[in-house]
Formats: sequence, C-alpha cells, structure tokens
Amino acid sequence: MNVVNPAPGTASPAERTGTPLLAVRGLRIGYRTSDGTHIAVDGLDLTAAAGQITAVVGESGSGKSSTAHALIGLLPAGGSVLGGSVRLQGEELTGLGERAWREVRGRRVGLIPQDPGLSLDPVKPVGGQVAEVLRVHGLATRRDATARAVDLLAEAGLPDPAQRARQYPHELSGGMRQRVLIAIATAARPRLLVADEPTSALDVTVQRQILDHLQGVVTTTGTAMLLVTHDLAVVADRAQHVVVMSQARVVEAGPAEQVLTDPQHPYTRRLLADAPTITARAPRRDRTDNTEPPDAPHDSTSPEATGATAAPLLRVTGLTRAFPVRGAGLSRRRSRTAVDGVGFELDRGETLGLVGESGSGKSTTARLILGLERADSGAVLLDGADVTTVRGAARRALHRRIQFVYQNPYASLNPRFTVEELLTEPLRNHRIGAKEQWGATVRRLLADVALPAGTERRKAAELSGGQRQRVAIARALALGPELLVCDEPVSALDVTVQARILELLIDLQERHGLSYLFISHDLAVVAQVSDRIAVMRDGRIVESGPADELLRSPSHPYTKELLAAVPGDRRINSATEDTSWS
Amino acid sequence: MNTALYAVTRTLRALFVVWAAFTLTFAALRLLPGDPVALMLSGRGGFAGLTPEQIARTRAELGFDRPLITQYGSALADAVHGDFGASLQSGQPVSRMIADAIPSTLQIGGLALVLALVIGILIGVAANLTASPVLRQLLRSIPSFAVSLPSFWVGLILIQLLSFQWHLFPSLGNSGVQSLILPACTMAIPGCALVAQVLGKSLHTTLQEPYADTVRATGAGRARLLFGHGLRNAAIPAVTVVGLLVGSLIGGAVVVETVFSRPGMGRITQSAVSAQDLPVVQGVVVVAALAFAVVNLLIDLVYPVLDPRIRSTGQLVTT
Repeated sequence: MNVVNPAPGTASPAERTGTPLLAVRGLRIGYRTSDGTHIAVDGLDLTAAAGQITAVVGESGSGKSSTAHALIGLLPAGGSVLGGSVRLQGEELTGLGERAWREVRGRRVGLIPQDPGLSLDPVKPVGGQVAEVLRVHGLATRRDATARAVDLLAEAGLPDPAQRARQYPHELSGGMRQRVLIAIATAARPRLLVADEPTSALDVTVQRQILDHLQGVVTTTGTAMLLVTHDLAVVADRAQHVVVMSQARVVEAGPAEQVLTDPQHPYTRRLLADAPTITARAPRRDRTDNTEPPDAPHDSTSPEATGATAAPLLRVTGLTRAFPVRGAGLSRRRSRTAVDGVGFELDRGETLGLVGESGSGKSTTARLILGLERADSGAVLLDGADVTTVRGAARRALHRRIQFVYQNPYASLNPRFTVEELLTEPLRNHRIGAKEQWGATVRRLLADVALPAGTERRKAAELSGGQRQRVAIARALALGPELLVCDEPVSALDVTVQARILELLIDLQERHGLSYLFISHDLAVVAQVSDRIAVMRDGRIVESGPADELLRSPSHPYTKELLAAVPGDRRINSATEDTSWS
Repeated sequence: MNTALYAVTRTLRALFVVWAAFTLTFAALRLLPGDPVALMLSGRGGFAGLTPEQIARTRAELGFDRPLITQYGSALADAVHGDFGASLQSGQPVSRMIADAIPSTLQIGGLALVLALVIGILIGVAANLTASPVLRQLLRSIPSFAVSLPSFWVGLILIQLLSFQWHLFPSLGNSGVQSLILPACTMAIPGCALVAQVLGKSLHTTLQEPYADTVRATGAGRARLLFGHGLRNAAIPAVTVVGLLVGSLIGGAVVVETVFSRPGMGRITQSAVSAQDLPVVQGVVVVAALAFAVVNLLIDLVYPVLDPRIRSTGQLVTT
C-alpha cells in the first residue's frame, strides 16, 4: 500500500487513539417549512475519537443523516444549524463561512456517501474525480494528481487501479464504486470520516469487504469515523461507541458493547428486539393438516378446495430466461441468462424463502411465475395448470390465485388514490361481488392487515411506509389468492416497521392458509418467515432445504459465504446465545 | 465499434427523415385537390382559351400523364441531384431560387443561433452560479417572459425604437452587417429563452444529485462544481433543444424576413405557399428537412462524446 500523504501516519501521539477528535455539544438542526421550523436534531451530544468508530443509529427521520450533513457543512436547502457547538480538534465549526468550510471539507472531514450508484459524477473517469480532491486543496499539480489518484485507488483496494482510473462509474460494480468514493473521501487525509450508510446499497458479501476496509483505515491511520447507519448488526460488529437517536434526540449513548447488551432506554430495547437475526422460523409440523381455515377469503370453487394436500400448490421446473445484452458491435450480440433452469415446489400454507444478491435472478424468477415475463423454457404449474402458457380469461382467473407484493410501497401505490379506491380496483377489474358489498370487503381487508377503520378514506400519499405496505398487502389479498409472491417486501422499511410487517405476514398465513414465495437479499429476514430456503446465485438455485437445517449446516460454499458475511456475529454470540444459529 | 454502429444508425435515421419529407410533399403535390398543370398555366390565364390538346401536351411535356409511381421515381432521382423542377410562378428552377436565397437566411439564422446560444448559456449558468436569491429569481424568470414575446411584435418594436427613433440600425434590406443585427436579434429571442430555461433547469437538477454532494464534500467551490461537473451533466437536454431550435429558426425566418423585408428562404416560402407554388414548397421543405436532419445528426453524434454511458449502451440514460 502506498502512503501518498504523510498526514495520517504522523498524527500526534496524544491523538493516536481514544482522544476525542470531534466533540458535538447541544447541536440543534432545523428545516424551514411552510408551517414554521421543523426541528430535525434537538440537543445532540457526541464525541468521536481518533482510531475509533462512533456509530449513530436510528430509523429514518430520527435526525441521523442531518447530523452527518451538518458535520460537513452541507445541510440540504432550508436546513440550518440553530444552536450548539461542533468542535473539530478544538476548533469550532458552527458559524463558519462558506470559504472556511471549503478548507474543512475534504481536508479535515471526509464524507463517504450512501449510494455508490449515484454519488459519482457519471460523465467523468473515476481517476479524475479522485485527483480533483488533491487539486482542490492544492496538494498536487495537475500531472502529479493523476498519478497519485491511481495510488489512492490502489490504497482503497480497487483492483487494477491504473486501468480502472480511466473508466467511468457505470463500468464499475457497486463495491468498486464505493472504493472510489472511499479514495475520494480519504485523498486529502482528513482526520475525521463521516460515513452516511456507506454500505446500505451493497450486497452483504461486498458490504463486509467494504466495512473491513474502512475498519482497517480507522485503526491503521488513527482516523476518527462517524458511522451513520440503521443497521444494528453493523454497529455491533464495527463500532466502539454508539449514539442511539429517535425523533431528533439522543435517547441512549455509550460503549457499543454496553448499549447493545444492556440497553437502558425502551427505544433501544425495541430496536434490538426488532432487528432481524438469523434465527430460523420454528418448524410447523401441523401445517399440512389444516390449510383451509373457515374464514379464508377463497373462492369456494377453486380447485384446491377439492384437491388433496398431496400435490404441491406450485411446481416450477427448468425455468429459464435469457436477456439480450448489447455487446460491442453487431457481430457479438450475446445474451445473459438471468434465470437458468430454476426448479422448486411450494406446498399449501408454506413459505419458501428465495435469497440471493443483486443480479442473482430472484426478481426475474418472481416475474416469470407471475406471468409478467415470458419464459424461454420451463414450466410453472399452479395446481397442475401451466402459468406460462395460459392466455386470456384463464390467465385472468389465474391472477386471482397468485398475487404480488412489491418492494417499494412508495412506488407501487398510486399516491392520489384513496385506500378504498386502491382496494376496490382489483374487485372492479375482476368483477367480484356487487358494488354495494365492496365497502364491507374493504373494511374486512383493512381489519385483516390491522389498519384502523377510516383508513379507507385517506390517500396513499398521506400514509407512512409501513401503512402503505399494509395497504399493498390488503390489495393483494382482495382477490382471495392462495399464493403471494413477495419481492423484497420489507427492504424499504425501518427495522421496527419491518418486524411488524413480517409478523403480519406470518399471522395472515396462519389465518388464511396462504403460501408465500418470499424473495429477499436479507438472509436474516428470510430466516424469520421461511419454512424452506432456496439460495440463488447467477440464475441458479445452488442450495435449498428446510430453513433451520440450511442455516445450521449449509453445504454449498456460497451459502456459507453469505452466512459468514451477514453482520452481527458479535452481538448474537454475546447477547442472545439461545437464538444463535451458530 | 459500438460508436461506429451508433453513427451508422443515426445517419440512416437522418436520411430517412429527409426522404420522408420529400415523399410526403410529393404525395401532397399529387394527391391534394388542384391540378398542378392548371395551377401552372393559371399565371398565363389558366385553361381558358386553351384547347384540350394543348393542355394534354403540356401535361405530357411535364410528365404528368405517366403512372404516379414512375413520376415519383423520376422526381426522387431528380431531387437527389438537386433538381426540384421549376417554379410554377416564375418558371425559374427551384434549385436556383433556393441557392440564391440561402446565403441571406444563413447569415441571420446563423447569427441568431450564436446569439441564442451565447446569451442563453450565460443566463442559464448565471442563474445557478449566483449566491444571491434575488438575482437567481430574476434570471430564472427572464426565459419564461422572453419566450412569450411574439417575434413579429418584437421585430416591429425594435424597428420602431432602434431604427426610426434612434437611427442606430437600418430597418430594411440586406446591405452590410448593420442590417443583420435587428433581424438576428428578433429571431434569437425565443431560442435564447429556450436554451436559458432548459439549461438553467437541468443544471439546477443535476446540482442536487448525490454526486454533487460528493464534489462539495471534497471542498470544491461553486464554480468548480458547476463548470467541472454540472455543465457536462446538464448539457444533454440543452443540446437536444438546440436541435429543435434550428427547426424553429427555419419557421422564424418566415416572420422575420417579412417584417424586415429581407429576401431569403422565409420570403420564398411565404410567397410560394400563398401562390400554391408547389414545386417551390417541396424544394423548401426538403432543404429545411435536410438542415434539420443534419443538425440533429450532429447532435446525436455529440451525445456519446458528452455522456460515456451512451457510448457503451447506445441509449440515452435517464437518472
């Protein structure tokens, strides 16, 4: 590793480890809105010490991101620091003018942003973006900067740095982009790094590599890091200190070990309880005995009312789908096989968890099963009828039996529709029941997903993320399906909301005898709801089996790698031995 | 390789546009009510006093008695060689009329384009560079105001003030550089407003993207962010608008050349349309389509230079 600037290695001995480098006292941040000032951070205290990681955790809207932005003087429009003090190496940062801030940014405080996909300039080679930092702070001449950018990229762990430096962000993977962003943040050797959800957008195996690297930077160079995250498992693995924020205030702070093993504040306790751990759902032996509770909203004529429990509800065999890839030139037209011979069975009342990283083909599999995408080959048999070949009225009838819950409840509901309109739309489309009965159906559906009466009159835009996802589930249930395909249904939600939605899904399954195909990148979430788990990689299922077995003794190396990469080992081992899978 | 493929497909597309313009005007010429031979002879008193034999002879001379597809084929072949036939009004070759008119229109059109780009870019950039909210608001409202001014009215006001009252510029004619200024300014105003508005807005959007925060977080100043990163990211919508602008300049020439009594393509178009001189109209349409296609082809070829993502996918990326 080339050390480009001497600064980090020559930190004064007193500053090496443990000395507070950053001290925030009583920080207040507000945003001007049409009806007064909204306080985003109210009286925040924290310190960050050289050579250590201080984590700020909380759910969305808790003020953790505002804190991160205030530390680098880049609050979004309308936001301002209303009071308190931010001292970096003894120097007050609040109230600095724009010119003075420019000296601080990059040189004394580095920012590692959240989304590596959007945080690099798409039209410039990445090497130039690293070199620019050196130029901004006058640390290198133009020619010099280019060479040193390559060294910095190498230092950030980018393979083949000289060649990569000339490439554009879209030519790099998410992990590589995050390494470029780390090279940018560390280029001018700042003493404080602010990392705002640095790995939330990355796959779990990549996340682990990036966090390993960041931890290495902190310990070897004596940099202080403020790690803003929603992920308690990451905190448990990496941070020395934790600050828990809720509704603009710090509710609890202290050494990570102590806060995570012996939380004092109820909010911290709830956060810990709701964080998914890799704990398999208890096997349900009575599952097949009672798949049709009397209150199930099923069409009584559906074949499975007469059918035995012997045949699986869904049988997928040899499912394959390739997409053309625009290669270089006319002659080299290639295709990429997104789904490659996928096969599995799903029983009535059962949950199959389909887990894999981005690009593994799990979402395409979902779309093929729903008939939203044409399969190149293979069959999807629902009760013996092939979903991939039916057309017209039979296809519509099939859709009543398979429904879909999307990942993003903000995008999947028309924000201008009332909840009632959203829930009656499928009834109207499939001409189910008389118009006069729809009101009763809507109320029953809302009760099913535990939304209060009266919600039907509100517009989707007025609801929170969790409420929206409940509406999305209610909409999927409106047609009385037997199978719900849930594609990352809780990924966009905060942990406590996520836990409630997972509970709801399990409850609905038990009441209505639903089958779930539950797709997620998050092994911990999949573990909580699945009876069986299938692990996908590069379009194939590499391993599948009963959830507890697969998690306890994975046989495929990739499954082992996935399990090992899931953060949170430390907390699980030290705090909750009884539920530990290892 | 990919870039070559991209260039080839875009060139074929441009050729298609020109061909389609020719074919549509040809179809209009032959299929719309109104006998071209009668129109042609109308200048000389129409069919009145002519025997059916004479009419038939003229028709045969002009080839109008052949099957439509043959007429189309030979007309297309002629057009490829720059021959659009003769004007029904004057009997002059259409290509000659256009060749005579083009330089004057190119002069004011070119100057108008340059003015529109320079001033439009300045306003768009300044609106995003200034730290003063008042100035920013002012610069942002100029374009929507300017774009709503009708150009014939602007032209008349300019003539009234600068020519008649202050005698700064000549009001009419095409003698010297002086006479170019007023028509070019009149023509430039809507385009300038369009460029300013689109560039200003797309700069504003791109400077709020996450990558801009990355750049700010390195300590870069406003100007470095805007010129080093923002401008190139914001360029694609603005460059697209330039393509449309060239189209609107062709239409603008009709108004401006009439108001300022200048000879040029606009005047030819105006008189050909009012006299139903269809060969001239066809020539003008094809030349305009050619200009439009060439400019948009150039713009298509600029996209991959501006955005590396188009280089690798051949498709416009919207983030």
